[in-house]
Amino acid sequence: MRVVFKTSYDRDIDLHKDGIHRARIAVLLAVMAALPFLVGTYYLAEATNTLIWALAGMGLMVAVGHTGQVSLGHAAFLAIGAYTDSALMEAGLPFVVSFPLAGLATGLFGALIAVPAVRMSGIYLAIATLAVFVIVEEMVILLEPVTGGVGGIMAPSISILGISFDRYGALQNFYWLVLTIVALVTWGYANLMRSPTGRSFLAVRDSEVSARALGINVTRTKALAFGLSSGVTGLAGALMGHYIGFFNYELFSIFISINLLLVVTIGGLGFIPGAFLGAILITGVPQLIAILRDGLNASIGLDLSTIPGLDTMIFSLILIGFIIFEPTGLYGRWLKIRAWVELFPLARRDMFRRQKSYLKTERMK
Amino acid sequence: MSLLEVEDLAVHFGGVKAVDGVSFSVEPGEVFAIIGPNGAGKSTIFNLISRIYDPTRGAIRFDGQDLTVLKSHDIATLGIARTFQNIELFDHSTVLDNLLMGRHTHRTTNFVQDILFLPRVRREERAHRHKVEEVIEFLELEAYREKMIAGLPYGVRKVVEIGRALALSPRLILLDEPASGLSVEETQDVAFWIEDMRRDMGLTVLMVEHDMSLVTGVCDRVLAVANGKPLAMGTPAEVQAHPDVQAAYLGTGAAA
Repeated sequence: MRVVFKTSYDRDIDLHKDGIHRARIAVLLAVMAALPFLVGTYYLAEATNTLIWALAGMGLMVAVGHTGQVSLGHAAFLAIGAYTDSALMEAGLPFVVSFPLAGLATGLFGALIAVPAVRMSGIYLAIATLAVFVIVEEMVILLEPVTGGVGGIMAPSISILGISFDRYGALQNFYWLVLTIVALVTWGYANLMRSPTGRSFLAVRDSEVSARALGINVTRTKALAFGLSSGVTGLAGALMGHYIGFFNYELFSIFISINLLLVVTIGGLGFIPGAFLGAILITGVPQLIAILRDGLNASIGLDLSTIPGLDTMIFSLILIGFIIFEPTGLYGRWLKIRAWVELFPLARRDMFRRQKSYLKTERMK
Repeated sequence: MSLLEVEDLAVHFGGVKAVDGVSFSVEPGEVFAIIGPNGAGKSTIFNLISRIYDPTRGAIRFDGQDLTVLKSHDIATLGIARTFQNIELFDHSTVLDNLLMGRHTHRTTNFVQDILFLPRVRREERAHRHKVEEVIEFLELEAYREKMIAGLPYGVRKVVEIGRALALSPRLILLDEPASGLSVEETQDVAFWIEDMRRDMGLTVLMVEHDMSLVTGVCDRVLAVANGKPLAMGTPAEVQAHPDVQAAYLGTGAAA
């Protein structure tokens, strides 16, 4: 086990605890940047999708994982982000302007509905956000001139400084664009969590009464967290619109909200890497099931595609298994494996016995 | 002038008069205790000062400022820190982060600066950390600095909560039963810390406590309450000898 000797407060303030940690992140970024040269178009598109889901997951993680606010309405923020971005681009604004504006608009909308909504918590907040989702869905259908109504709209092609970032015409460029945005948001998120603002989120999550006693304005903090959460989700929505190309209200269904909630819970509540692990699982497993099914058909001639709902069932079983056997999520499992390897052969089984203490989000109080 | 003045304070929950006409004042640098049997309204007085409840009548003034017009999150900004009877720490954070959360009123950066982590944020973090390390050293919490609260023993959590209140650099600290559930040795530590808070940090201490050894050991003045009404006020010895106080604790027969 490596021990990092801390010789200044900066060791704790820095994002990375030592050079090895920093190098690992650099290698990961380098591999991700080189991905277009390593894999084919199909997998590159899948990777782009996973990154967009991770971005949306990070958005929801701010609310659910770090501030203790469950939301079933985040598909609405994806929709607002996507439609705002497309509408602004149709109005002639370039992507570099419309994209941040779409995030800002979604964030402001989120903060606005949060002011009354955050007085509720747990299951009641979940129901309130569900109501917001239903309203937004109806609005999307009604605002036909902007959203194309039931028919949907075509996301405009992205072009920055004359270079095309079109999802179909220049997938590599689009991938790099998404990767850059995701990397920047992750950096900002990590910064937030090591600063007073992030700590006030955690304080509100774990004990509102002592947060108040420490001078934290609970309502404002929750509204800020919800606003940031919906803003980031709005950015993801804008990218999702460009990724899908042609979309209508059905792209942002309630199942997207639930899948997002699964991304953060299965990934690991309260851990930024959890959003990425959850996104990989949510986008990867259906693909994996499809590949296995095709393989089975090709090798032993067993055609399972005739059984309806099989994919969904296997997918659901995996999710249920996770919630029962690994409630700390994929990231929690990873921490345990790492501790086991670092301490080998000294790790004991009961070192990881689950503590009977829950996040307020989990208690659904 | 008194640092904290409470005048004819009362709060009624329906027909229950939890606090009914309590007045006292705490002088700067004083250690003041409120004692009384269970359900006497001691913690309610604390919750009225930290604005968790709205008083039915009466006034609370801190350094001349009327507290009853403020929001509960404004109280800390004035320099009033508190602990809770049933520990209210942030369970899923480390001791260090809990103490840093106590520095909230001293932050000057906004969330945009935080997200970009501008050099100013780092400078402030270092300053907060410096203050927190002083608290860690004072309360001898070095061994627990990076431990999660959820895994800590009761006695340590109790100390961390005092630490979080001290990290706020308050002028007045409200301790709600700082010795409840602690061993004799741990209670003695608390007594020494309260002494040091007054002598070295120039703090004013207002506490609710059942442990009479702690109260007689460190307090200058004591207010006894029962059923929301004040019984007696004075030095610990005077209050303990007061017939009404003895009656409240032991029943009327014992006072005779």
